[in-house]
Amino acid sequence: MSEARPTRDIASQLARIESEPYYQPVRDEVALFESAHRRRLPVLLKGPTGCGKTRFVEYMAWRLKRPLVTVACHDDLTTADLVGRYLIVGNETVWVDGPLAAAVRAGALCYLDEIVEARKDTTVVIHPLADNRRMLAIDKRGELLAAPGDFMLVISYNPGYQSVLKEIKPSTRQRFVALEFDYPEAAVEAGIVAREGGVDADTARRLVKLGELTRNLKGAGLDEGASTRLLVHAAQLIADGVAPAAACTAAIARALSDDPEMTGTLDDLVGAVFD
Amino acid sequence: MNRKLFSDELEQRLDELLFASHSHRSAKNIADGLEKLSREEQERALHWTGVAAQSYAEVGYLVAALAPKALARLDPAGFEAWVLAGLDAYDRHGGQAAMAQLRAIEAFAAARERAPAAARLADQEARLARFLQGLSGRPLGLAEGSVAHTDTETVFLPAQLAEYATAEDNRRLYKATAALLWAQTRYGTFGCAEVDVEARLARWPDRARALRWFAALEAVRLEAALAAELPGLAAEMARLRGPWPEALREAERRLGRADAAVSQTLTFLDECMAGAAEPPPLPHAGAIDLAAALGARATRLARETEVVRKALSALKGFGGRKGAGAASPAVNLDGGKFQISLDGEAVALPPDAQAAARSLVQDLGALPPECLTPAGPGAWQPLPPEWNEHAEEDALTGHREPQHRYDEWDWRRRAYRRGWCHLFEVALPPGDPDYVAKVSLRNTAAIRRIRRRFEMLRGEDRLLGRQPEGEELDLDALVEAAGDRAAGAEPEARLYSRRIRSERSLAAMFMVDMSGSTKGWVNDAEREALVMLCEALEALGDAYAIYGFSGWTRTRCDIYPVKRFDETYDAAVRGRIAAIAAKDYTRMGVAIRHLTRLLAAQPARHKLLVTLSDGRPDDFGDEYRGHYGIEDTRRALQEAHGRGVRSYCVTIDRHGADYLPRLYGPAHYTVIDDAGKLPLKVADIYRRLTS
Repeated sequence: MSEARPTRDIASQLARIESEPYYQPVRDEVALFESAHRRRLPVLLKGPTGCGKTRFVEYMAWRLKRPLVTVACHDDLTTADLVGRYLIVGNETVWVDGPLAAAVRAGALCYLDEIVEARKDTTVVIHPLADNRRMLAIDKRGELLAAPGDFMLVISYNPGYQSVLKEIKPSTRQRFVALEFDYPEAAVEAGIVAREGGVDADTARRLVKLGELTRNLKGAGLDEGASTRLLVHAAQLIADGVAPAAACTAAIARALSDDPEMTGTLDDLVGAVFD
Repeated sequence: MNRKLFSDELEQRLDELLFASHSHRSAKNIADGLEKLSREEQERALHWTGVAAQSYAEVGYLVAALAPKALARLDPAGFEAWVLAGLDAYDRHGGQAAMAQLRAIEAFAAARERAPAAARLADQEARLARFLQGLSGRPLGLAEGSVAHTDTETVFLPAQLAEYATAEDNRRLYKATAALLWAQTRYGTFGCAEVDVEARLARWPDRARALRWFAALEAVRLEAALAAELPGLAAEMARLRGPWPEALREAERRLGRADAAVSQTLTFLDECMAGAAEPPPLPHAGAIDLAAALGARATRLARETEVVRKALSALKGFGGRKGAGAASPAVNLDGGKFQISLDGEAVALPPDAQAAARSLVQDLGALPPECLTPAGPGAWQPLPPEWNEHAEEDALTGHREPQHRYDEWDWRRRAYRRGWCHLFEVALPPGDPDYVAKVSLRNTAAIRRIRRRFEMLRGEDRLLGRQPEGEELDLDALVEAAGDRAAGAEPEARLYSRRIRSERSLAAMFMVDMSGSTKGWVNDAEREALVMLCEALEALGDAYAIYGFSGWTRTRCDIYPVKRFDETYDAAVRGRIAAIAAKDYTRMGVAIRHLTRLLAAQPARHKLLVTLSDGRPDDFGDEYRGHYGIEDTRRALQEAHGRGVRSYCVTIDRHGADYLPRLYGPAHYTVIDDAGKLPLKVADIYRRLTS
């Protein structure tokens, strides 16, 4: 009966990533990810914001030649938002797959970014997908969708948030192979900043130094130090002709804190690295 | 009215103000001194004498005695600041310090004249401390000291800097001085395993001069080292100090390189000491206190070596194999990150050991070999007590280190008394385990009513129909739209239903008066009220905590946790509710400050502090009673408001209407005339406040 209903096809519209995204491997994460994909294991990426988790997934989707479906999770994300829903077209109902269902049908990589932000009752729909069943139940259609071999579930979360509400349940986390990410070593990070931001090696080195100084303030007034992404933003402003100190103030100091005392300290640190 | 007061009148006024003193000194001489002043000045002197005498009569005496001299030297605002500085010294360091501070009128006046351009450490402290934390990554304390120097654990800076003409430059000077002192700890001024600085300096009989030269030469070397890593900071230092003095030109040539080491400084120091010249003064180079630095460093090295060693021996396969030489790990320092490999397998250190290892390398350049030897068969042992800052408790003398210190507002001074109140969290002994059950039994009907009322308030999901989008179809809307379409009317486009969460994000803190005056039926009423409240809040699901407060003077402010936020309403909590008893006094400000801090740490969006009390703030002695206590409490409530905490007071003091509006604001309190009604009313009040 459900087959008779019209369905809007999303899965076939999912495109592959054509050109290689820039990603600088830090350790053995590429090999581990490929291995997990071969063995059909889901992957959990842990790490602070802006350290390259999303870029890594894009890079792996390109490498594995699979389409990528990314869902930024938020606290109102419902099961229907992931699995799909009926829409009314004329006098008929049309089933539209949600991103997760579409990804399963297409054998894509499905990346649920910041999974802890989603409601607890929503995250359980991924459980049968994340163990050996590899199934997605679409209860409204009475359909049980078996994931093809190429489908892979990737979730990410940032363990740096101290809030007790932002915890990932053990029953969820214990289904995943966990890859830990951190800001890369200074030399590697400088390479990334130079390449992505389009600045010379010395400027990149100074930006990374500044990043290191702000990371020292984690827990002493800052929740997080400057991420690689913020450093790249500052570098891009510098490459566009903004004075380095002004670029760092705007892209790093003001982005990290609203507290006037803290931004004062951050300005001091910017001034220590750039004159 | 404007007539000057004569000596005998002044003497009488002084006797009244200083009456509390046990000293039998006559006020006659002081009165003679004050007689020469104008009436306005006389009144000012008498007023501040009275304020000071409230804290300590001897300080009052001194203020009165020195007032003629101080008034001659200082303007009215300056005079007030002079007294406050003396009182501040009394609060922090006691009577002797206050006397010394007050007597130094000339120094105080001179500092005040420079003040517009001066930078004060008190204003810069927080920002500088974070700056140092940013630079070093390991906590480096910041404290006031007469001479700028560091013992490698703490950077000491003078209370005020007025070297330059503008406040901004003096602020920069603070930063430069602090950074250079940090650089001493970062770039090996105090030596390492190979370089024994102490031995090299010990050969000079004039040690003070050698240390002065050492500090100046190190400033040159360290600035060059900083320039490589933090060019902006080095450039700012260079702008501040101007070109190097002639006497340091040669030093700049030889030491002004990023790769110069302390051994080169020491070699050059020998040449400088051979001459007769004194080192030129540098504005931003602090002194070097080698003994203090080496002492603090030795303690830290021992502590950190032990931490790393214990962590290593707790690791798999290391501690177990005693004396097995093959198990010694290889340490690989890579860009500040530690890779420790054991039998070819990389192992990770726990975060505290990571930090200790990083700190060790900062001090020594490498991990000392002794931390790589097994700590022996023993298990992980706690650190000795001298390394644990909070473990001190001297039971014999009854002296306890306070768990927290809080400022208190002194309305007469219009200033805070820093760290004035000593706060302790004291555990309540378990009370009658059946108490709560008995109360519940007696009030079964009321509790059932309260629970039902509060369950209705509970935040639950609601289904919203007729939405433009949503996860479900709204069948009613759909049928209507089909009908409309068939009839030729424009169909409704909002055909979906959506589930929304109406979440109560609220944390409530109940602060229960346990002062002596609650003894008897007030205490019973409070306890019964808490039983009702707990029932109501359990039905509602809000986060809540209950703390009792009482105390005896500022040095013993006690807080009794009844239920913390992370505890459930279990037998232990019920026992503690039963154990709530009348204790001593009601010093409210400090209790509000402490509980606000606990409440502000809660993740809830709305925070509510509810006080159950039977009267105005009060404490042993006259000081806190009356205006002082009310003003301090009011200030504490304002601070709480600033931290996003809303406060409400439920009191059974019939005179409450006299002072409560000033404390809580006109609509933020309830006076209950009969304590017996408290239990039934409190839950209702809470419901009104939060729905």
